[in-house]
Amino acid sequence: MLDAARCIVYRDLLLALRRRSDVATALLFFVIVASLFPLGVGAEPNLLRSIAPGVIWVAALLSSMLSLGRLFAADHADGTLEQMLLGAAPLGVVAAAKGLAHWLVSGLPLVAIAPLLALQYDLPASLYGVLALSLLLGTPVLSLIGAIGAALTLGLRGGGVLVALLVLPLYVPVLILGAGSVEMAAAGLAADAQLLLLGALLVVAAAFAPWAVAAALRISIE
Amino acid sequence: MNTASRWFWFASPQTFFPLAGTVARWCAVAAALLAAAGLYVGLWLAPTDAQQGEVYRIIFIHVPAAWMSMFIYLVMAFWAAVGLAFNTRLSHMMARALAPTGALFTFIALWTGSLWGKPTWGTYWVWDARLTSELILLLLYLGFIALQASIDDTRRADRAGAVLAIVGAVNVPIIYYSVQWWNTLHQGASVSLTKAPSMAATMLGGMLLMALAFWLYSIAVSLVRVRCLILERE
Repeated sequence: MLDAARCIVYRDLLLALRRRSDVATALLFFVIVASLFPLGVGAEPNLLRSIAPGVIWVAALLSSMLSLGRLFAADHADGTLEQMLLGAAPLGVVAAAKGLAHWLVSGLPLVAIAPLLALQYDLPASLYGVLALSLLLGTPVLSLIGAIGAALTLGLRGGGVLVALLVLPLYVPVLILGAGSVEMAAAGLAADAQLLLLGALLVVAAAFAPWAVAAALRISIE
Repeated sequence: MNTASRWFWFASPQTFFPLAGTVARWCAVAAALLAAAGLYVGLWLAPTDAQQGEVYRIIFIHVPAAWMSMFIYLVMAFWAAVGLAFNTRLSHMMARALAPTGALFTFIALWTGSLWGKPTWGTYWVWDARLTSELILLLLYLGFIALQASIDDTRRADRAGAVLAIVGAVNVPIIYYSVQWWNTLHQGASVSLTKAPSMAATMLGGMLLMALAFWLYSIAVSLVRVRCLILERE
């Protein structure tokens, strides 16, 4: 069972490595969205400092959602997904492994690059840690919830727009807690409460989302 | 025939169809009567509010609509879960038939709320916890409807919608509390089961009459919609 999960993660990472441009596109999207805001709202440093956590988190949400289409589409097209459904490994484990691989490819780079954006927004260096930690806890939840949406809309016309409508409302708690933790820290208060709740969301999502993804995949493939 | 099998007897679309027609007719008539009574109590009998003046009378629509908007989502998720568990066609049809009514009530609650907010708070919209979670609820309804609309195969549409409704129902309390923590300005609930309501008896009476009318209206229109779905599919 764990072997199967490891195989899938390894395979997905290898595929991502062979097609590096896909990964880079989502990352660039994250940077561009965050860079557009100062052009829109003005470059006043105090304003930028106050909107930075929200902007970075919204950009992370959108970037994570943008790459959901890749999660199952290619496997669905070449029949690999059907083999995974027929295989011996529980589908929930397969779904969890796919979610993990998606996060490693699309979520983890965001965590790494976020402090750079924070620098653009003139956030004090003491906040980089909280920002990175909140993204580290929050982005896996985005991948897990997003996988449900991706599995439900598999092979549908207009799937990309539809998946946005399905998953963005479900992302709201992660956004509130993630941006909230940085804002708390910026106000000089402890961000523990938000970070702990984010961790709780991650635990709940990791426990339940793979099974919802598995159910959705069965429905979509049958 | 024992009670359980009588319930399952009506789980078949063919036998449910005439029953739904009768129930829908009676519910529609009762809803119209109760709404007329509720509006009479609300607009003529209920006293003017000491602080808000006449503006408060919008609650006779607003509060029942907000109640229904949340309740219908739970009912929808319940039928979706029943449909997934027992593989009954009728349950999925119920879930699908409830969604537009739920979305309508959510929209009415938002709309009347903003009309009330302008004279009272001085603005049509604030990013308050309840308003925001109601808006997100509307998006959840629309997502459910959009997902079902974009799948041509009815069986897949039903089951995919059911998974989404259940995931949404699990998320609704999480969204509600996270948004509430984020920002709250809305007045606390005036009516609760545990303590005496903080409003005049006629106001409460009018509101409960309207709530009942909305209940019966929802039952009537969703049953009519189920009948259309049965005709379409069977």
